[in-house]
Amino acid sequence: MNFTNFGKYLLLLKAVFRKPEKFKIYLKAIFQQMDFIGVGSLGLIAIISTFIGAVMTLQIAFQLVSDFIPKTIIGSVTRDSSILELSPTITAIVLAGKIGSAISSEIGTMRVSEQIDALEIMGINSPGYLILPKLIAGITMVPLLVIFAMALSITGGYFGGTLSGAVSPAEYIQGITTDFNPYTIVVALVKAFVFGFIITTVPAYEGFYVKGGALEVAQASTRAVVVSCISILACDYIVTQLLL
Amino acid sequence: MIEIKDIEKSFGSNTVLKGISGKFEAGVTNLIIGGSGSGKTTLLKCMIGLHTPEKGSVQYDGREFTEMDFEQRIEIRKEIGMLFQGSALFDSMTVEENIMFPLNMFTEQTFSEKLERVNFCLERVNLEGKNKLFPAELSGGMKKRVGIARAIAMNPKYLFVDEPNSGLDPKTSIVIDELIKEITEEYNTTTIVVTHDMNSVMGIGDYILFLHEGKKFWEGSNKEIAHTDIQELNDFVFASRFMKAAKKNF
Repeated sequence: MNFTNFGKYLLLLKAVFRKPEKFKIYLKAIFQQMDFIGVGSLGLIAIISTFIGAVMTLQIAFQLVSDFIPKTIIGSVTRDSSILELSPTITAIVLAGKIGSAISSEIGTMRVSEQIDALEIMGINSPGYLILPKLIAGITMVPLLVIFAMALSITGGYFGGTLSGAVSPAEYIQGITTDFNPYTIVVALVKAFVFGFIITTVPAYEGFYVKGGALEVAQASTRAVVVSCISILACDYIVTQLLL
Repeated sequence: MIEIKDIEKSFGSNTVLKGISGKFEAGVTNLIIGGSGSGKTTLLKCMIGLHTPEKGSVQYDGREFTEMDFEQRIEIRKEIGMLFQGSALFDSMTVEENIMFPLNMFTEQTFSEKLERVNFCLERVNLEGKNKLFPAELSGGMKKRVGIARAIAMNPKYLFVDEPNSGLDPKTSIVIDELIKEITEEYNTTTIVVTHDMNSVMGIGDYILFLHEGKKFWEGSNKEIAHTDIQELNDFVFASRFMKAAKKNF
């Protein structure tokens, strides 16, 4: 995203936050988007988080083969890695692919089929009507999905570690409950909030300014996912640097 | 009435509109005609604010549209109905929801009042009972009629129609043209139709503004169009063999 695009992105965001024409209509759209972004992604996030937790535990156990390191460390490292990095970032990247491409292609198709022009001619603030419900759904549902992902990742670690015999159930549970710092959850939720913002607004921007036809909509969708993923990783670094 | 004065619009170094002026009265069907690339749709978009002209003014009953801020434009747009070339119906909504959409957004009517209005509009375009169909289930002509129904749902003072006949068979085209004319006369709307369909020109063109290469070349009625000696206009109107043959009878 070059500076011109970034400027247009900021102007679009300014238009998104104009006063809604009728809050009741927006509220309905927000709940629909929450269902799409949140409930619709539960299955995918559950599968990915569980397996990532299980695999991470096995890899940590593989690397910590020493009589001087207690096996409870496996649980601690799995917990902190899941909470601080893997759950927010992997969830966000998966959602950037699933939700981001859908948002970009939906809005892009509306642009090329003149549906956005139709909204504007009716006197409706099209950025607000199309993007604000998605944005609100994103910044509320992504943190909830991240909490869900954390829980499943740690649970997945438990099953991965204990079923393979890498760590005993008691050691794992002791590991995840020892020296727990609740601030890590705060950091993860701040990241999730920022990622939710990116996942909804960057694809919306790409879709909103599409020109052309089906090919351009597809290109915008691809660009939306790529830019979202890069933005997520950059913001991940910045938030981590600022908060830890 | 809508009045445009000296409209100029460029895209990069390409000047698309070169000082277009015209006056579109209420209660008559106003047509903007011209060949492909002549600037018809650009002029229409400048008039409704989807494009910003570099120069010139657009007045809605004396209200200067080009100098209005966002909020003031919204008030004018609530008085505008528009039928787009591709109908621009919302894919995710049924016919009923499409027509009810502006009513939901801008009125405090009860559901039954809104439904009554929707049914009235559907009846007006001869699509009674099609409330629950989605746009994907409609033919091209039906989509256009739903587009008209949505455009008139809010009782617009100004009706804009972009290429109403594109992709339609001649019979359906005539039905759409007649519907536009009837609505214009019945509700005394200021109707502006962008078209290059000669059936529309001859059938409903009360006032015609002819554009060629971004300039206004001619204005008049469909009764006068056959009797001009402007070469560009004659080339456009009588391009087909049928129209050439028919010219003798005009």
